[in-house]
Amino acid sequence: MIEIQSLYKSFGDKDVLKDINTTFKEGQTNLIIGQSGSGKTVLMKCIVGLFVPTSGKILYDGRDFVAMNKKEQAMLRREMGMIFQSAALFDSMTVLENVMFPLDMFSSMNLKERKARAQQCLDRVNLVDAQKKYPNELSGGMQKRVAIARAIALNPKYLFCDEPNSGLDPKTSLVIDALIHDITVEFNMTTIMNTHDMNSVMGIGDSIIFIKEGHQEWTGDKTQVACSDNQALTDFIFASDLLKKARQAFV
Amino acid sequence: MSVILTPLKTFGRYLQLMAKVFSRPERFRMFLKQYITEMQKLGVDSIGIVLMISFFIGAVICIQMKVNIQSPWMPRFTTGYTTREILLLEFSSSIMCLILAGKVGSNIASELGTMRVTQQIDALDIMGVNSASFLILPKIAGLVTMIPVLVTFSMVSGFGGAYAISMAGILTPEDLTYGLQHSFNQWFVWMSFIKSFFFAFIIASVSAFYGYTVEGGSVEVGKASTDSVVHCSMLILFADIFLTQILS
Repeated sequence: MIEIQSLYKSFGDKDVLKDINTTFKEGQTNLIIGQSGSGKTVLMKCIVGLFVPTSGKILYDGRDFVAMNKKEQAMLRREMGMIFQSAALFDSMTVLENVMFPLDMFSSMNLKERKARAQQCLDRVNLVDAQKKYPNELSGGMQKRVAIARAIALNPKYLFCDEPNSGLDPKTSLVIDALIHDITVEFNMTTIMNTHDMNSVMGIGDSIIFIKEGHQEWTGDKTQVACSDNQALTDFIFASDLLKKARQAFV
Repeated sequence: MSVILTPLKTFGRYLQLMAKVFSRPERFRMFLKQYITEMQKLGVDSIGIVLMISFFIGAVICIQMKVNIQSPWMPRFTTGYTTREILLLEFSSSIMCLILAGKVGSNIASELGTMRVTQQIDALDIMGVNSASFLILPKIAGLVTMIPVLVTFSMVSGFGGAYAISMAGILTPEDLTYGLQHSFNQWFVWMSFIKSFFFAFIIASVSAFYGYTVEGGSVEVGKASTDSVVHCSMLILFADIFLTQILS
């Protein structure tokens, strides 16, 4: 479980995040949604420690990440996995080497065991056949699946996904969403996902936080999001005329 | 004021990065793997260009000495002697490192810059890896290890170029050989190696700094690559003055 308490983040005199208070539970896919520039990526980067918050607490199962020293943060990071918008695979390594990398760095397994574990992770994302390929030989969807395999290699307790469906076609997006959701439930991970993909919101949003101009505007889940009376949320979700009509029919 | 403050801030950030770089590798096995890869990439892959440039420069120095220095009043070995001194004292260490600042420096800056903008460095940080040490330390160690090899190849190839000219009949190989051996001071070779260690450190660390700290996209990566070459070249020339004074 990850708790955010009174989180603020400013860049110069610009307040990007203002008083964020929320809890992300384990075994759930927790979505952060909002328009581009609303502050959701900054929130994600604060949670994983790429940005230092101006004030507030980030508690990983009660452990305050902000108050930790560098060594403690590095230890905690070994319990994290992250899937980036751009997949962020290492260009110079093959798919298998990419997935083996966290194991090479932090596990005490021997080479055979590390290889077996990496293949097991690749098998979980149906990519065993691509293990000898380099990232630039893969499609966008395959790269994301390799990123998922790499992220779960060390059995993380916390999984972070920064717009994992960005640049993917709707069908592949559904595959990625389903994979993330299944893995979250299977390993009882606390998964936090940044997205503005409405299919993800309706499909796997066990818990949703809507950020508007750095404020926490609304919280709920996928069953509440469609019929919410929050005007800002409704405007965001049903931005297209087609969806507006569909909502009117539904309501 | 910013003329003074900006370079000071940059130097401070460089020192901070170096403090992160020079920490104990998390996994020695991984460090060794990276170290060998970097020796290959930065050192072995540069041998070709070092051999080619040194050969032609050796030949040109020999021609210039023969045409402009040699006279009936000077001994016939002067051409060989001056060619050797130029190659040993300046070309094979300083000028060759300036050339490497262009080839290796831009390579390091653009590689790390691209890793930064494609979030590969962020991925390492989030895994809990000291990305600065993991990526930069093997590059510095690899280039510093390989630089004596490159300097040696440069010297040998430069002398080869001078011999090629002597074979063409501009001066006799005997005069050249005598000149190359005349009053040989072994310290000049060591001086060349010592200087090149400093220059290799400058090339690897400064270009890594510019690449690692890129913010933005492809335009900024290109700018970091250019900045790294310019600053490495300036620092090498600046350090050359001090090192020559101290070591001579």
